[in-house]
Amino acid sequence: MISFDRVSKRYAEGHDALREVSVEIARDELVFLTGHSGAGKSTMLRMIMLMERPTRGQVLVDGQNLAGVSARGIPRHRRSIGVVFQNHRLLYDRPVFDNVALPLIIAGYDHREVGRRVRAALDKVGLLSRERAMPVTLSGGEQQRVGIARAVVGKPRILLADEPTGNLDPALSAEIMQLFEEFNQVGVTVLIASHDLALISRLRHRIITLRHGRLVSGAAA
Amino acid sequence: MSLWRSGASGVAQGARREGASQSRTGWRDLYHAWLRHHRLSAADSMQRVLDNPVSSAMTWLVIGIALALPSGLNVALDNISQLSASWDSPAQISLFLHDEVSDERARELQTELSARADVSVSRFVSREEALEEFRSLSGFADVLSSLQANPLPHLIVVAPAQDSDQLAAAGLRAELEAYPDVAQAVLDMEWLQRLNSLMMLGRRLVWAVAGLLILGVLLILGNTIRLAIESRREEIVIVKLVGGSNAFVRRPFLYTGLWYGVGGGLFAGLLVGASLWFLQDTVAELARLYQSDFRLRGLGIMGGLNLIILGGMLGLAGAWLAVSRHLADIQPR
Ligand SMILES: Nc1ncnc2c1ncn2[C@@H]1O[C@H](COP(=O)(O)OP(=O)(O)O)[C@@H](O)[C@H]1O
Ligand SMILES: [Mg+2]
Repeated sequence: MISFDRVSKRYAEGHDALREVSVEIARDELVFLTGHSGAGKSTMLRMIMLMERPTRGQVLVDGQNLAGVSARGIPRHRRSIGVVFQNHRLLYDRPVFDNVALPLIIAGYDHREVGRRVRAALDKVGLLSRERAMPVTLSGGEQQRVGIARAVVGKPRILLADEPTGNLDPALSAEIMQLFEEFNQVGVTVLIASHDLALISRLRHRIITLRHGRLVSGAAA
Repeated sequence: MSLWRSGASGVAQGARREGASQSRTGWRDLYHAWLRHHRLSAADSMQRVLDNPVSSAMTWLVIGIALALPSGLNVALDNISQLSASWDSPAQISLFLHDEVSDERARELQTELSARADVSVSRFVSREEALEEFRSLSGFADVLSSLQANPLPHLIVVAPAQDSDQLAAAGLRAELEAYPDVAQAVLDMEWLQRLNSLMMLGRRLVWAVAGLLILGVLLILGNTIRLAIESRREEIVIVKLVGGSNAFVRRPFLYTGLWYGVGGGLFAGLLVGASLWFLQDTVAELARLYQSDFRLRGLGIMGGLNLIILGGMLGLAGAWLAVSRHLADIQPR
């Protein structure tokens, strides 16, 4: 589903964030991406959603070489991927419902369908009763679940998460990880960047480890 | 209120798609989705404009004044040209004779001129009659009676034939001035011609002023939209992150520009209308004094509509300028 073929990334300042990274992630897999801060985890996720392009090498998503996706094609590509961010990136002047509805509005669903899907997604993350709440009135864990609902509401086949439990206590983190596992069980390919080794090693999934931009373990299932 | 507003239940519904997946999206659905977002953006942008009544009214007023100025001047010029066209008194040519020309010779000349085909009427005013008339009209009676001799010349007033235009009248004037008895021939239309050329100058000035002000309106709108974009930078980033296209992000800002422009055009129409209304009584009074049935003519429905359309187009253009300059810079990091 996602494949990196000897991908290197050098940022403009001359810093090598990724060096010759090759990895395959199969359909239906849930994979953790770990490594110290600055190891290159976010860079890999950003490449999958075309926020960055590789300096060398190729990234393929669902069989498509991302080098062939032009700037005009980026929005459509991003719509096929759900993303969860560490700092949530919610619209803080909009209620929960509108935040979750955003991908559907962009995709052009009519408002009845939007309502149905948003409620289904909110139900899934346990926030159905908070649809009219403003994000600031929610706890960090709840905000993160709003972010997850927004990521899955469009039924993407790939779900990316960058440090989704970064600011949460262990119990909440475990709950969030369980949510991701549930999505994975219904066929979504999930890739989660996290440096919380204690948490992710308890869950029985493949772990890809990066060190200074090099892949050191977990290249194949 | 954001780039979209899902809660807007008042928005009419397009075709519903039941459990449609992206891959099954047909042209019809795309069209409906596009239309739906237009409606959402239009309503949402309007809502945002109305949510800030003071700053929006300021923007409308600034644009309104800038559009009202050239438009008002244009209406004024239209009125003046209507007025000068209603002065359809045929041209008159006044022939001032040399001092040494006698009464009899002057009357002979008048008869002679009357016989010409290109002259319809002529009238002789002797220097004595002229003096008398002048004395009774001008209030200079005392000054005049203290004069030793009559300073006024004989005068023959000639009206060109009915069918002669300004050019023919000017030609006739030149011919008549060539008569040996005639000291000077004056075409009384000259003030009208001068008025007309002044009006032409006026119209050019209006165009120049309009050009400058329209440029100003574009810049104001561009700047307003730029600020709107700036204040929603984070929102734009998020929308782009979850797959919003440039067109999707652009749309609400274009509508914002449109609403500012349309409102500005409306304000301009109101301003012009109000000033005309303000002048109306004075003009009517003046017209009555001059026994004219002249009435001030306003913008009219079409003129008002044109102002609003012009405002709307300027709004779109200004927004487009701002959006094309600033939106591409905002990329998710
Ligand atoms: N936009 C950028 N410009 C320059 N350097 C960057 C940029 N983004 C990340 N880096 C650098 O690339 C390296 C990898 O960063 P990142 O992928 O964010 O690591 P991680 O997510 O594992 O902490 C870091 O050293 C970071 O400083
Ligand atoms: Mg990171």
